[in-house]
Amino acid sequence: MRAALLFLALVAALALAPLVADTYMLSLLARAMIFAIAALSLDFILGGAGLVSFGHAALMGIGAYGVGILMEEGTRNALVSFPVAMAVAALFAFVTGAVSLKTRGVYFIMITLAFGQMAFFVTQSLSAYGGDDGLTLAARSTIAGNRWLKSPITFHYVTLGLMVLTALICALVLASPFGGVLKAAKENERRVRALGIDPYPYRLVAYGIAGAFAGLSGALLANLTEFVSPAFLSWHRSGELIVMVVAGGMAASALGVGGAGRLAGAVLGALGVILVEEGLSHLTEHWRILFGPMLVLLVLAGARRRKPGAPA
Amino acid sequence: MSTPLLLVQVLNGLQLGILLFLVAGGLTLVFGVMDVINLAHGVQYMLGAYLMVTATALTGSFWLGLPLALVAALVLGLVLEFAVIRPLYGRDHLEQVLATFGVILFVNEAVKMIWGAAPLSIPMPQALSGSIPLMDGLNYPVYRLALLAAGLGVAAGLYVLVTRTRSGMLLRAGASNAPMVSALGVDIKALFAKVFAFGAMLAAFAGAMAGPILSVEPGMGDGLLILAFVVIVIGGIGSIRGAFVAALLVGLIDTLGRSFLTDLLKLVLPASDATQAGPALASMTVYLLMAVVLFFRPRGLFPAPA
Repeated sequence: MRAALLFLALVAALALAPLVADTYMLSLLARAMIFAIAALSLDFILGGAGLVSFGHAALMGIGAYGVGILMEEGTRNALVSFPVAMAVAALFAFVTGAVSLKTRGVYFIMITLAFGQMAFFVTQSLSAYGGDDGLTLAARSTIAGNRWLKSPITFHYVTLGLMVLTALICALVLASPFGGVLKAAKENERRVRALGIDPYPYRLVAYGIAGAFAGLSGALLANLTEFVSPAFLSWHRSGELIVMVVAGGMAASALGVGGAGRLAGAVLGALGVILVEEGLSHLTEHWRILFGPMLVLLVLAGARRRKPGAPA
Repeated sequence: MSTPLLLVQVLNGLQLGILLFLVAGGLTLVFGVMDVINLAHGVQYMLGAYLMVTATALTGSFWLGLPLALVAALVLGLVLEFAVIRPLYGRDHLEQVLATFGVILFVNEAVKMIWGAAPLSIPMPQALSGSIPLMDGLNYPVYRLALLAAGLGVAAGLYVLVTRTRSGMLLRAGASNAPMVSALGVDIKALFAKVFAFGAMLAAFAGAMAGPILSVEPGMGDGLLILAFVVIVIGGIGSIRGAFVAALLVGLIDTLGRSFLTDLLKLVLPASDATQAGPALASMTVYLLMAVVLFFRPRGLFPAPA
């Protein structure tokens, strides 16, 4: 209940933001909401199924490249390019997930990281679409021929709407029997197997769903910046997404909405991280020198999460 | 492709493999013994190169600079272990990833502030700066051969250290059952700190040795870190032998793929398609190798005993 209230409060604040925010602030908030969609999709598999993916930026970047490449080839309609971007990202997640999900724990972290790098290097070698330098979009996507996304206010509400939709779908899937299997396998895989359920196909489908939403956030990010580049897929960004999910989760439990409040936490984390980064970068160009130790302190000060079976 | 060219690329591939082994060796030890996933291992490679820049500039000599840089790297490794890694023992892998990711951001930025963002170089030692003829029409730089020899020497030393000495025995015991080793009266914290700092020094050695042939720049450790992850995943986490085999394999496949794949594709594809697909495919080869290995052996080629 409190989780839903926190989420509603965040959405209400974002919905009212265009009343006070200028264009610059609106683009910053749009960026934060886009990252919130990616963080939600990551939290769906990380919090929901216990899969720590370190290649999530690649899924986002593939969505962004999907929109960029389609536009370069003449397809500007978002009603076509967004679903295609989501499908391609989901397909990549599905194929790499089929291999990665055979492994557990730290192997999974490293393999998703490696597949993410693979996608990064492939975009770097796409010489027809800018290669290393990236690809500048001619304009934002149209919606069935209308240039609605051009207006910052419309873009703000479209992004907000998609963010709410993503959160709702993730929450509904996690609350379904399908999500029940994911959560049970996260808690105790052996028992789930003993019940006659193989968690592998469930995890694979969940990974594909997460890929689709990450692709959606990438498609939006390409539209916001009107530019895509291999940097979208860099593993630093995957790390940032993990930071958003974990920091948001910690903040949510500090507000007394742990557990069920995970998804609200992801949104909180994405907004928080983007705004903190922005604030620090106004302070100094070397803002990472402050952001890095903040992460270390966050972990060291946070609640001790022990590995199951680890000695005290 | 001619034989000399192939030979040069094989040697280059082995060099990359040796550098990867020096980084992956420390990474796999730290993970195998302490169960800590240390993303900051790549910045220790970078710090090695930067410390070498300063040490050679201070002493004016490669040979005096190298031990100085290694000692400095060892000390920094101990500091990092004490400040960040020690509280992370026994914690969730996710938190270890997060904290060491923070260390990467910090160190990359600190390096930029101290040494500047522009690439630096380390002067090559006079004695190793020539090149020698390996066969007709093929001269190969002595330094690169020396790098290869030094790497192989370290690998051999590491093998003896792990399998034939008392410290190595403790290390292996710690990897299989740390609480038991601790119960038998070994100061496990000191052992962990030593292993971590030693791993940091190995990575720094790789960075210092790579300095004269690569450019020294912020973020130089990141790419190598990912390849080192691929190496230890292929080799089996915790296995030094696996890391060695996988490092050479990855180094060779990556280097040969980048130099010959486009030409090979031209045999079966139209030239324009081959020049398009070649580089993309070449950058994917090691990851495909990893995927194939994992598909058949989910715990790597040489799985460490559980």
